Amino acid sequence: MHLILFLVFAGFCLGGAINLLIQSHPINSALSLIVVMVSLAVLYLLLGAEFLAAAQVIVYAGAIMVLFTFVVMLLNAGREARTMGSRAARSIGFPAVVAILAVIATVILHAQSLGVARLSDGLTNVPGQTNIELLSTVLFTKLLLPFEVTSVLILIAILGAVALARHDDTDPQGSAERTDK
Amino acid sequence: MSSYFAQEVPLSWYLLLSAALFSLGVVGFLIKRNLITVFMSIELMLNGVNLSFVTFAQQWHAVKGQIFVFFVMMVAAAEAAVGLAIIIAVFRARATLAVDRIDLMKL
Amino acid sequence: MTILQFFLWSLLKVAVVTVVMLLGVAYTVLLERKLVGRIQNRWGPSRVGPFGLLQPLVDGAKSFLKEDIIPTGVYRPLYLLAPILALGCALISIGVVPFGAPNIGPGPLDLFEIANVNVGLLVILGVTSIGVYGIALAGWSSNNKYSLLGALRSSAQLVSYELALGLSLVGVVLRAGSLNLRVIVEQQATNGMLSWNLFGGMQFVAFFIYLMAAYAETNRSPFDLPEAESELTGGYHTEYSSMKFAMFFMAEYGNMITVGCVATLLFLGGWTNPFGNLFGTSNNILVRALFPLFWFVLKVFSFLFLYVWVRGTLPRFRYDQLMNYGWRWLMPLAILNIVATSLWLAYR
Repeated sequence: MHLILFLVFAGFCLGGAINLLIQSHPINSALSLIVVMVSLAVLYLLLGAEFLAAAQVIVYAGAIMVLFTFVVMLLNAGREARTMGSRAARSIGFPAVVAILAVIATVILHAQSLGVARLSDGLTNVPGQTNIELLSTVLFTKLLLPFEVTSVLILIAILGAVALARHDDTDPQGSAERTDK
Repeated sequence: MSSYFAQEVPLSWYLLLSAALFSLGVVGFLIKRNLITVFMSIELMLNGVNLSFVTFAQQWHAVKGQIFVFFVMMVAAAEAAVGLAIIIAVFRARATLAVDRIDLMKL
Repeated sequence: MTILQFFLWSLLKVAVVTVVMLLGVAYTVLLERKLVGRIQNRWGPSRVGPFGLLQPLVDGAKSFLKEDIIPTGVYRPLYLLAPILALGCALISIGVVPFGAPNIGPGPLDLFEIANVNVGLLVILGVTSIGVYGIALAGWSSNNKYSLLGALRSSAQLVSYELALGLSLVGVVLRAGSLNLRVIVEQQATNGMLSWNLFGGMQFVAFFIYLMAAYAETNRSPFDLPEAESELTGGYHTEYSSMKFAMFFMAEYGNMITVGCVATLLFLGGWTNPFGNLFGTSNNILVRALFPLFWFVLKVFSFLFLYVWVRGTLPRFRYDQLMNYGWRWLMPLAILNIVATSLWLAYR
């Protein structure tokens, strides 16, 4: 069961990622990326991270990718021109990617102590405690400061996005009033 | 019959998948010529790395790996908001999204 | 229980729930037409069958038999994918909704819920957020300016109000200490109506925010700007006809039912008796199985009734009013509600 699910969704992941590369229209690429993200959510579920699976669907597939498709639709981005990129990318980039992938794969395949993933393999040893309870306990006690700092980061990002995306030709006071009326 | 539930998958397969996703992201970053698609390739790389974090969290039975992925997601959300705002600003200034033609620091 | 039995039972539950859901969708449409008719001082559909009760079946047959027109300018793959995506997401999320009492049925089987998921609430939110793509892709692939405008409005509206929706549920989750929908309902079960999150839980502000956000999420009046017929002809489904249009239509009403189910579970005590144990409890298995079902359906029905009532009463918002309302009023209110609830829980 686990094996079948893993193979199916790993296949979806790789297929989506490859489709992202070969599609020339941005909206098709965005859809392939959504497929990758949703199948990754299933893989997280198989690895016992049910909260992350839900967060992956809600945050990545449901919010970030909606923004992407929204921007593609808004700018009406057409098909991209087919150029193969710079010469540096071709001569150094691809061999480097292949080399890195080969090195990582060799290391992973030779690692002795890697275990196996089972369904129903929780992270806690306390009976009756779910993974979410453990995660939130650690997140809101030991890692409270990073959590709060991230919320400030998000606030700054919102302000930055608003500042970047608004038209510069009107003064801020005037445009704020215009939306009110 | 219930032994189908107990089947195991080696964690190294998950790690290989994450490495493959990361490499595909890098390739996309190199060959794609549309600003938005280049940005998507970066998201693909982030997702590949996230998968390896979750896998290692399962390997060491430590919840910190999952929490790190949670933080990566939040940072990715912030990054997407700012990045797409920059893309809109660039498109407004140049009326193109081709990375080959966005090569000047100022207009 | 062997895996084969488990599989067959699950298949049966999925089939029954899907059929009931689709029937519910059909009769919600009839309910809306009848009620809006009465609100506007006319009868609504009354010719087909007694009181017009067979109208949904005839409408369904009509949708099937109509000619399916695909305009030449559309982007075909996404044009065909969009209605499937919309309807699929509307039907999937009912899978984690518990609609009856637990522990009834043979052995460990849960008869009144397809899947008891640990993070049920998050699953519903996740599936709903995927549903945006149905509308967005429909508008974009139709290659029509009205469709595109409707889709852009809709995705902006859905993303904005999803925030308020999610935040309004945090108070309830804080009180229950769990994301499991069964646990959330059982936490409200002690004293009937008095321990519902809406009354005893002091979550009426959250309920109000949820109500507003739910209307916006399902593109219903007074926030039905994505399909505002006076400005956009038909919104995102302008170019769709026959069964594909019917799929969007069904998706909208399916989402309404799901939203009603979530409101019932989170604020109105789910399947529990609103009078608590006032009239005593029964040990009869039939009573224990059917009464929770009755209460659940009644609560969802009253939520749908409210939906239609609001549609018959309120005029449509303007787009900037919609955005201002969502971001400037509902969001801060939701955050205040979270702070107040946490303080109350901490100092109680």
